[in-house]
Amino acid sequence: MTTIQGKTGEWEVVIGLEIHAQVISAAKLFSGAPTDFGAEANTQVSFVDAAMPGMLPVINEFCVEQAVRTGLGLKAEINLYSVFDRKNYFYPDLPAGYQISQYQQPIVGKGTVYLDLPNGETRAVGITRLHLEQDAGKSLHDQHPDLTYVDLNRCGIALMEIVSEPDLRSAEEAGVYLRKLRSILRYLGTCDGNMEQGSLRCDANVSVRRPGEDYGTRSEIKNVNSIRFVQQAIEYEARRQIELREEGGTVAQETRLFDSRKGVTRLMRTKEEAHDYRYFPDPDLLPLILDKEWVEKIKAGLPELPDEKKARFMADYGLSAYDAGVLVAERETADYYEAVVGGGGGEDRRDPKLVANWVINELFGQLSKAGKSINDIPPERFAGLIDLVVEEKVSARSAKEVLTVMLVTGKDAARIVAEKGLEQVSDAGAIEAAVDRVLTDQADEVAAYKAGKEKLFGFLMGQVMRATQGKASPKLVNEVLRKKLGGK
Amino acid sequence: MGALTELTIAEARDGLAKGTFSARELAEAHIRAVEAARPLNALITETPERAREMAEASDARRKRGDAGLMEGIPIAVKDLFCTAGVLATAGSHILDGFKPAYESTVTAQLWQAGAVMLGKANMDEFAMGSSNMTSYYGAAENPWRRQGGGDNRPLVPGGSSGGSAALVAARAALGAIGTDTGGSIRQPASFCGVVGLKPTYGRCSRWGIVAFASSLDQAGPMTRTVRDAAIMLRAMAGHDPGDSTSAPVDVPDYEAALTGDVRGLKIGIPKEYRVDGMPAEIEELWRRGMDWLEAAGAEAVEVSLPHTRYALPTYYIIAPAEASSNLARYDGVRYGLRVEGKTPEEMYETTRAEGFGAEVKRRVLIGTYVLSAGYYDAYYLKAQKVRSLIAQDFKDAFESVDLVLTPTAPSAAFPVGEKMDDPIAMYLNDVFTVPASLAGLPGISVPAGLSADGLPLGLQIIGRAFDEETVLRVADVLEKAAGFDARPQFIAGV
Repeated sequence: MTTIQGKTGEWEVVIGLEIHAQVISAAKLFSGAPTDFGAEANTQVSFVDAAMPGMLPVINEFCVEQAVRTGLGLKAEINLYSVFDRKNYFYPDLPAGYQISQYQQPIVGKGTVYLDLPNGETRAVGITRLHLEQDAGKSLHDQHPDLTYVDLNRCGIALMEIVSEPDLRSAEEAGVYLRKLRSILRYLGTCDGNMEQGSLRCDANVSVRRPGEDYGTRSEIKNVNSIRFVQQAIEYEARRQIELREEGGTVAQETRLFDSRKGVTRLMRTKEEAHDYRYFPDPDLLPLILDKEWVEKIKAGLPELPDEKKARFMADYGLSAYDAGVLVAERETADYYEAVVGGGGGEDRRDPKLVANWVINELFGQLSKAGKSINDIPPERFAGLIDLVVEEKVSARSAKEVLTVMLVTGKDAARIVAEKGLEQVSDAGAIEAAVDRVLTDQADEVAAYKAGKEKLFGFLMGQVMRATQGKASPKLVNEVLRKKLGGK
Repeated sequence: MGALTELTIAEARDGLAKGTFSARELAEAHIRAVEAARPLNALITETPERAREMAEASDARRKRGDAGLMEGIPIAVKDLFCTAGVLATAGSHILDGFKPAYESTVTAQLWQAGAVMLGKANMDEFAMGSSNMTSYYGAAENPWRRQGGGDNRPLVPGGSSGGSAALVAARAALGAIGTDTGGSIRQPASFCGVVGLKPTYGRCSRWGIVAFASSLDQAGPMTRTVRDAAIMLRAMAGHDPGDSTSAPVDVPDYEAALTGDVRGLKIGIPKEYRVDGMPAEIEELWRRGMDWLEAAGAEAVEVSLPHTRYALPTYYIIAPAEASSNLARYDGVRYGLRVEGKTPEEMYETTRAEGFGAEVKRRVLIGTYVLSAGYYDAYYLKAQKVRSLIAQDFKDAFESVDLVLTPTAPSAAFPVGEKMDDPIAMYLNDVFTVPASLAGLPGISVPAGLSADGLPLGLQIIGRAFDEETVLRVADVLEKAAGFDARPQFIAGV
């Protein structure tokens, strides 16, 4: 059990997350208006979005399909009968004075997300529900000293609110959950998961309790827009609640905001100030009734999801859970990896473990250093480099250098090797000459080695490699060196 | 040429077809009548230029040989419908200056069918009222006056579609469109001695109609004859993908349904509609209605609609609940009236305080209350359950009868200014019309007789969902049997 040590003992943190995920759809949830991000203010607004008198919402079937797809991806129940409700409150960026949402009868019910925790454990996190709702517009209070500006571009865009059970027990787990959920959404193509653009937003419900106790009173932290901030907000809030309780205070049920500059949460409104949203079924919309066969068709068309892909990578490629997990986190990466392995999984494929090593340890490292992505290096080109390594035409050390050049120039591995003269030296005579030189130059170390300091073999090996500018075949150098040192 | 304003729509259609007169001439006659009708305050906006343009275009179409169902027929439009480029007020101060850039589906269909717009008719603010007195633009008047030398004060035309009813009765329009939420077409039709049809919920699109109570609002025709209502309804009705609650059902030729044959039909007489304090003359008219239909070969059968007495309280929970939410958009931010404030909240408060009248505020408050946490179950949810029971009452009754016959309203028109201090008395106007609204059923009011002091009284026929044909067929027979030919004291058309 993950606990936090307070002054008076251990505390358990209980976290549930509510995610607002923007549905990938060209048109809004109830109007035909486009959803392009970053367009000029108030250019993506229909009469419906602006709540002009007499305008009526009409459900966008594709958004419903996306919600169903997401529900299926979360292994959740799909409710064939669901209802849209009005959530009533006044705000300048909410033109109708109500948000169309789903309250008591959401489109998706209970589901599960599996987390791979850093300690190797797998944890099932319950999904309470997923419902469809409209996004609001944006109020800009800082454009003018006395006036509020309103941009309705975002108004009416489809969101999926995904509510988890209070199954998370640390900020770290919350981070793992968010990344996993985002990964699933991206695999499904139902949300781009872009937190900076606001297409994925998170509310965190946080409470603390003594191990074994019932749930404590929770506070809700609203609208946090990065995984790091969610974790910071949870850490801070848990600490705040623990200190409060240890000093004899009680936690109030309230809504708080996270100040990312100061790293603290602040009171937004108390329970007493909470809105009465006066939910009731939207009389402009009929209940949403789904055809079971339609849902089955969507299910049949689901892509392979991270969990299944990971299991397959472990089973088919013999990868470790860790390596498989890293590769499947993004669908793009997994696809890239498989493209490099190639051979359609048959006998012609490249060594899957070797490829995984090179992709995870070398390619990712160099890409991130160079500020590039896998899109900058086609899988065939990277595979060409792997082939040279396997065929021992280039040493591992040189291959790293080749990769660096490849990322800059986009040239083929073979060409880079030729141009830079990095071909691996497998000529036994040349290697023997190099070994002999090193043994002469390092007479002291050779003596020490022979006296029993066997660790020095690695040093001598390194000296030979150095003398050959890393081009010598390590295997051959090893053989020759051992022979010359007395066949140990 | 005789008075073109005296024609029915069917007659005008024939005259236009024969070339006896042009749409332009018909329009001019009505433009003059509209001017003459100004003392009634029945229009908020007159659109004579648009009427002329539309009439000329209509004549041109006719010449080309493609005349529509309503070709050249001048009508008035309740100011709840959005018509492109024309002020739309909903009878409220809060929509000051609002000219929609779009056309409601129903009006678009009417113009497509060739109809000509005379103007936007006065109405109770946001269709909330039964008298037309809650209009920000002042009360419209009923063209009828009491006879017999007693109280001769101006009378209300009923509401909320009071302006539409008054214009049709006063011969200032051949027809008008209204909307009916709890009786807003049928009650003013009864008060003004015209025909008013509320179609089945879902028959006509609500797209582009300012919403009052979305689960109840329905557009319908107001005309001087049942045949005219049949002609207009065909042009108005139809499935609209823009309104999710509009029904994907075919629109029949309603006029063809007027066969005059009602033999064998069973007419239900709901015993629960004999309410306390109903004037004897209305009871008497109702009985005569049964006799007329029996004489025509139908059979009157007593039926029970046991939950009738809960209809009015149910309606006055559901309609305000929806209205409180529907009217939230009038906040001064995007259109209509804005009264500035230091903060957005203050702007809402001042705008809504000034922009809404007393009845609208009352209903917004009631609606907000019944949807509030802690009250929702006791009021809104319970009202929805009772609503289902009321709908079930009708379903059960329609197992044994084909239609239900009732009075339209419990009284004739009352003087302007009365009942404004007693909302319950005002709400009682709708006691006979509200049940069909809650059940979503078609209902028509047909002028059937006069009160002792010479005011029109209507009878209501309620039918099965989407069976407007039978409703119209029986209404046509009832109309002919009643032979209602009385005329209001104020006639605008000359």
